[in-house]
Amino acid sequence: MAIPSFITTLQSAAPDSVTLVSYYVGDWTVVVPLAQITAALQHLRDAPDAAFDFCSDVTATDWPPRKDARFDVLYCLYSTRHRHRIRVKVRVSETQPVPSVVDLWPAANWLEREVYDMFGVNFTGHPDRRRILMPDDWQGFPQRKDYPLEGPGELLMENPIDWLKLRQSREEADIE
Amino acid sequence: MSNVGNALEPSAVHHGAMFDTNELVINMGPQHPSTHGVLRVVLRLDGEKVVDADVVIGYLHRGIEKLSENRNWTQIILLTDRMDYVAAATSNVGYCETVEKMMAIEVPRRARYVRTILCELQRIASHCLWLGTHAMDIGAMTVFLYAFREREHILDLFEEMCGARLTYNSMRIGGLPQDLPPGWDKKVLQFCDIMDEKVTEYEELLTHNRIWLERTKGIGLITGPQAVALGLSGPPLRGSGVPRDVRKDEPYAAYDEMQFDVPIGTAGDTYDRYLVRMEEFRQSLRIVRQAMEGIPEGPIVGKVPRLIKPAAGETYHAIESPKGELGYFIVSDGKSTNPYRFRVRPPSFCNLQGLRPLIKGHLIADVVALIGSLDVVLGEVDR
Repeated sequence: MAIPSFITTLQSAAPDSVTLVSYYVGDWTVVVPLAQITAALQHLRDAPDAAFDFCSDVTATDWPPRKDARFDVLYCLYSTRHRHRIRVKVRVSETQPVPSVVDLWPAANWLEREVYDMFGVNFTGHPDRRRILMPDDWQGFPQRKDYPLEGPGELLMENPIDWLKLRQSREEADIE
Repeated sequence: MSNVGNALEPSAVHHGAMFDTNELVINMGPQHPSTHGVLRVVLRLDGEKVVDADVVIGYLHRGIEKLSENRNWTQIILLTDRMDYVAAATSNVGYCETVEKMMAIEVPRRARYVRTILCELQRIASHCLWLGTHAMDIGAMTVFLYAFREREHILDLFEEMCGARLTYNSMRIGGLPQDLPPGWDKKVLQFCDIMDEKVTEYEELLTHNRIWLERTKGIGLITGPQAVALGLSGPPLRGSGVPRDVRKDEPYAAYDEMQFDVPIGTAGDTYDRYLVRMEEFRQSLRIVRQAMEGIPEGPIVGKVPRLIKPAAGETYHAIESPKGELGYFIVSDGKSTNPYRFRVRPPSFCNLQGLRPLIKGHLIADVVALIGSLDVVLGEVDR
């Protein structure tokens, strides 16, 4: 498959912004280093041959064995003008925050909140950084691979002291 | 992380005004008949006017994505039923096609035709439910009874086809679980003839009704570029004049062989979104008739390996559900029989995000009109 022009112009506009280009069952994916992610996404939105004006999805994948880059944060973009798609991937560790893209696509607001809620990936510059699906006082991030399917119950039962402390702090919060 | 939303922060609008006005914060939902499920909207009101709103979701979160990562590829089909439960067959089709895309399975033409028919029947059923509840929210009780009568007819057809009325589990990876029952095609065509008249009947009740016009015209205006940036899809996007339909732009099932038009609105208000959906009724009937006439004989399942285990890789596939772009993003590690990552891009979730900008500045009575006009299903919003 020939590399489409919106990827080659991205590579020529910012030479070190694409570390990997891949094609699999009809989908193009580019991997972008964290330092270049905002510039690369801005280019993809504004360049006339890319024109990715529709942010379909922002999501993440958890790969615990990769210590220095545990999460893949993915942006699924679509262009309503050219009708093509691209997936942009950025690899981050547990402590590295990702710059928010709400300024580029307001659609990313709730999607980034969900990535934070489910994976604990932080977004800098997000206007409304709260949990979205889980309760506000929830402990842990359910979509991580080390989070048990049954929920936190068994995890906390293994550490009854932590569990008691948590319950006490919740009761105190209720009284207040 | 605070418990309260942005909507609750005090605004400085009325300081120094002649009359001392207090803003009132009220909860709409999660138990409110007009929020169509368990949606909670925290409204900050100035009199009857909505100054700001905070949309709170998550009351129906069942962790379908997490559950799916712990089930094998075939067992996930029935979980997708529980997302958009008023159009379950559409979710089934979307998931199965994603896995087929990943494994490069060729689906027989007959199966693709049946999928097209089921998707369009589901679109009609979903739009019937939307029309009935949307009209009832605004105060037109009659339409509710009419629309549910026809929805019932479709549910009967589905019951005959796969034995269930709501959660069908009606797809398999590579094709269909069973062929259409004998005589079913005639019943579907009969239904199409009935439905044609009924759509006209609904339109007679609403389209030129003065109360309906007053309640929907100019309410919740959004321009095309704004709607695209907000990530709206489906009828809310097309109501703003953006001719985007996954069925046309990235055809799946047998849509590349069908003739149909994509209706678009001009103003981008609640009335235009209503008109778009009413025209979609007719276009869906047109597609069902074409598919029923052109349906080929042949096998209903393609060549599927006994053990479904896609090679390591990831893919995203989108279809046009009645609500908008329904996308599945799946990752396989190539080793286990479960997906490594299963992600749904729910159209209702992304459309509901548009509620806050839409209701700002409108009256509290318009909030129910706008929730209805976005047509969200909370099972899909929260998953």
